[in-house]
Amino acid sequence: MARVKEKAIRWTLAALAFSSLIFLVGIIIVLFKEGLPIFKAVRPGDFIFGKFWYPTYDPPEFGIFPLIMASMWVTLGALCVCVPLGVGSALYLNEIAGFKQRSLLKPAVEVLASIPSVVYGFFGMVVVAPFVQNLLKLDTGLCALTASIILGVMATPTVCSIAEDALNCVPNSFREASFAVGANRWQTLTQVVIPAAGSGISTAVILGISRAIGETMTVLMVAGGSAVIPKSFLDPVRPMTSAIAAEMGEAPVGGLHYHSLFAIALILFIVTFVFNIIAELVSRKFRIRLGQSG
Amino acid sequence: MPDNAKMKAEKVDFFYGPRHALKGIDLDICENRVTAIIGPSGCGKSTFIRLLNRMNELIPNTILKGKISLDGRDIFDPSVDPVEIRRRVGMVFQKPNPFPKSIFENIAYGLKVNGVSSRKIIEERVVKSLQEAALWHEIKDRINDNALKLSGGQQQRLCIARCLAVEPEVILFDEPCASLDPVSTQKIEELILQLKKDYTIAIVTHNMQQAARVSDYTGFFLLGELIEFDRTQRIFTAPSDKRTEDYVTGRFG
Repeated sequence: MARVKEKAIRWTLAALAFSSLIFLVGIIIVLFKEGLPIFKAVRPGDFIFGKFWYPTYDPPEFGIFPLIMASMWVTLGALCVCVPLGVGSALYLNEIAGFKQRSLLKPAVEVLASIPSVVYGFFGMVVVAPFVQNLLKLDTGLCALTASIILGVMATPTVCSIAEDALNCVPNSFREASFAVGANRWQTLTQVVIPAAGSGISTAVILGISRAIGETMTVLMVAGGSAVIPKSFLDPVRPMTSAIAAEMGEAPVGGLHYHSLFAIALILFIVTFVFNIIAELVSRKFRIRLGQSG
Repeated sequence: MPDNAKMKAEKVDFFYGPRHALKGIDLDICENRVTAIIGPSGCGKSTFIRLLNRMNELIPNTILKGKISLDGRDIFDPSVDPVEIRRRVGMVFQKPNPFPKSIFENIAYGLKVNGVSSRKIIEERVVKSLQEAALWHEIKDRINDNALKLSGGQQQRLCIARCLAVEPEVILFDEPCASLDPVSTQKIEELILQLKKDYTIAIVTHNMQQAARVSDYTGFFLLGELIEFDRTQRIFTAPSDKRTEDYVTGRFG
């Protein structure tokens, strides 16, 4: 009897553990099944590089290049915000801050990560967008720049906590060795600690990218939503995620528009998947290298 | 004492938070001599040696009282830059801690951070310090290899070379052989005897034979106090304190 019970527990736990694999496979199957039919109507090259996204016109045009460019611009902009903020605060937290400051700042960063993205979006619409609009005398503050700022702040906790882990893994003996030959704090940081934590910090940045590129609600609210290839950071844009979220409700199930949105999701999935794989490879290399020395 | 004191500790007390780790230490580190600091684990010997180049400042919540001077000048005086003290008073640690860089870069690092930019001078000094650390002939063909590929004993000699490259006046060894095999230990000891011609040396060790072999003066620490400080020969043959005698004869520790 006892053995039956043990087996039951074992199988239950195994089923729970494997369920995430099942969900993953299920999602991939659905993405392919619903996304691929668009390529019967539109050639993959025209889909990805087509300059016009008019899915509801007659005849419709399904070129997602403006959406891809919007995602790239916004993600790039977000990187310019979250890398200095995230890596900088990780450096301060781990290398400079005293115990008291750390016990205040670390929870603050964690709370930043727990704010729902719709709240960020709201904050962006009400505070950041008008500020950007007034500051730069724009027609609208809902643009790539505003989206970049908000997304960058959102990705900062991810970058910060992973970069901080990486810095934490640098053995203290490296710092001692550096100080002992008469290096100052800055030299120790830039020439010993950061290079030693380099691949961990790169992982942090890559995961920050995939956080930013996949974010939906915020960009839907603040990016402006215009599906035109952006010429500058001050143009309203429609990144891939917000196109899916905004249009899915009005796309007839089984129609070309519907399939094209799934195809966008498929491309997005592949992009974030690749980024995550790269991050994993880089951090694995990092573990091995520090393992040898520690 | 007839020898000239290079560094002087006077009435030094040290606290880790509430813990009183060093109590009223008075000790001289004499020029071109080897001063050994011995004692059982936790007696404060490593704590003491780390005060001599202000490495203690990397640990938060510590308090220092008393005075430590280098050539008569208080090294904890607010006008003194700790970076300058650490350049003049080098340190070799318990566990070899080369940077994950090439052998060359490991040694060149100390020179670069101290403002030496001439490639020629750096190369000369790297070779010279590797020779001084008795490592040159073993690694001269692979100076651009990663330092982590070296054996433990070679890594420790690399760390000594890294320390020598910035031309310190005093070298502090914090149990430099604790993680090394007997052959590597012997090499390090021979090296220390060589180096004392040009440098002032302090070495922390819990290996009493090592203290007896390499040092001119020995201080015996117990529970944060300096029990006895004298010529090494006296400490090991005719100590004046019963506790020193018990320790050096192996009755405890």
